[in-house]
Amino acid sequence: MSTLVLLTLTGLGLGALYFLIASGLALIFGLMDVLNFAHGAFLTVSAYAAWRTAETVGGTGGLALAALFGTATGALLAIVVELVLIRRLYGRPREQILVTVGLSLAVPALVQAVWGADSRPFPVPDALSGTVGVLGAQVPVSRFVLIAAALAVLAAVNLFLSRTRYGLIVRAGVEDRAMVTALGIDVTRAFTLVFAIGGALAGLAGVLGGLYFGSLSPHQGTSLLVFAFVVVVIGGMGSIPGVALSALAVGLVQQYANYYVDGYGDFAVVVLLAAVVLARPAPRLAGGVA
Amino acid sequence: MSTPAGHESPQPILSVRDLRVRIGQSSILQGVGFDVAPTGTTALLGRNGVGKTTTVRAVLGLLPEEGEVTGGTVRLDGEDVTGHRTHTVVRRGVGYVPEDRGVFGSLTVAENLTLAERAGGPHHYDLVHDLFPELKARRAQRAGTLSGGQQQMVALARALLNDNRLVIVDEPTKGLAPRVVTEVAEVLQRAAERVPVLLVEQNLAVVRRLARDAVVLDAGRTVHTGDAAELLADRERTTSLLGVGRHERSERSGQAEERPEEREQREHATKEST
Ligand SMILES: Nc1ncnc2c1ncn2[C@@H]1O[C@H](COP(=O)(O)OP(=O)(O)OP(=O)(O)O)[C@@H](O)[C@H]1O
Ligand SMILES: [Mg+2]
Repeated sequence: MSTLVLLTLTGLGLGALYFLIASGLALIFGLMDVLNFAHGAFLTVSAYAAWRTAETVGGTGGLALAALFGTATGALLAIVVELVLIRRLYGRPREQILVTVGLSLAVPALVQAVWGADSRPFPVPDALSGTVGVLGAQVPVSRFVLIAAALAVLAAVNLFLSRTRYGLIVRAGVEDRAMVTALGIDVTRAFTLVFAIGGALAGLAGVLGGLYFGSLSPHQGTSLLVFAFVVVVIGGMGSIPGVALSALAVGLVQQYANYYVDGYGDFAVVVLLAAVVLARPAPRLAGGVA
Repeated sequence: MSTPAGHESPQPILSVRDLRVRIGQSSILQGVGFDVAPTGTTALLGRNGVGKTTTVRAVLGLLPEEGEVTGGTVRLDGEDVTGHRTHTVVRRGVGYVPEDRGVFGSLTVAENLTLAERAGGPHHYDLVHDLFPELKARRAQRAGTLSGGQQQMVALARALLNDNRLVIVDEPTKGLAPRVVTEVAEVLQRAAERVPVLLVEQNLAVVRRLARDAVVLDAGRTVHTGDAAELLADRERTTSLLGVGRHERSERSGQAEERPEEREQREHATKEST
């Protein structure tokens, strides 16, 4: 029983991390049809920025500052990439993929050149390094931090989408971008905003990933991105609740399989992906966003 | 056949000259030119595939990715807007009801209208609710679950919500049952009392009722401009320019054909929104 509880909460923590990355990916793809392979690079750079901050300041305050700084770094990076690179390439998916894949390779290499290839320990303040007893299991506090953060983000994103004018523009744009402009709305502003939100969430994921794994490395973002893409494919492009459920499922399946089927977690995720994709009715050729 | 005296004296609200458009490798428009008078309804006519929708989309800067304007000018109230981005053209005061209605199926009726509210201007909800009382009752309903006729009402309401200098409506009666066609025509008639309308329409009964001026395209060119009633009275001309025989056939069998189409559109929209 206590093993199951620990596995479940660890899986939920991992799912929370996936959700933070995947929700940005899904919004960006849903609105702009951009597959942002650079998303992992946003995460990695933010994680290192947060790490430097946490090391310098120290303690719980240092971590809070690191979270803030990491999130801002992700947002800023995403805005620059959107304005400088992606903006010129709307409607040219091949070039977009080349550019974002290029970034996803170049940025980790750059990080590696500056801070080395080895993984670094992420300073976890004492307040968060302990465990909490839940039904007999000793669960690390950081798991709860991740779950709480993901829930808060889910609520905030939902509020943004359902209550704000930009949220309305994003939902409409996911359905029919051209028609949004035909109502007199400059949809490119929504593009930048959605990129910024996605980048901020990736940045937050970088910080929380450091907390979750207790370490960071130049390729952490890239490997997490793979699972985030799986989450998006399962959950549906452009659907935030779908992505949240899917992130939960992927995190749990991965943890359970890792333990009960002896290290087959990643394999189980692939099986889950295949099962979902095969069970889904073939998409209409007409296109449109689900 | 020139425009009758009195219609041409004030400056046209929209003036298109020698418009040329290419989409991919094919040249779709090869010289479209016409004026839209600052009052009343101007009908843009022509057989299927002659370039009516392309003309309207080129005016609004809404051509598909691989399309481009290769020549000509578009002036809105005297100002050159050729090749301007869509939202800047629209903000100058253009309402647009596209051929496929362009209603956001996953949004509610109220959200569709809110989205259409343009900054800085009054929003005529009183007018919209007066013209479409049904939309007020259905404001919380997802637009994708509305019937085809109701969706057309949403699309028209969005275009009439703002103070516009011109409203462009592309085939608003396509695929609608005769009773709904009449409703749409009534709405357009009332709209045209407030704002000039450029109307793409294949239903000649509707054109006869609404339009004062007519522009006819054929194979990407303007082949006729003039008084609408005069054109429609000229049997030979309407047959050669508009292929009227074909049209009347589809009008007669209208109701039986169109019901399944409406249902399919509704299903399609519902699927998209899930
Ligand atoms: N995206 C596109 N790619 C290639 N050809 C196109 C595209 N859009 C339109 N065309 C072609 O341009 C021509 C004009 O099309 P358009 O839709 O403007 O005609 P229309 O007069 O509005 O016809 P309808 O009465 O059927 O709506 C057609 O031959 C059509 O096949
Ligand atoms: Mg058309």
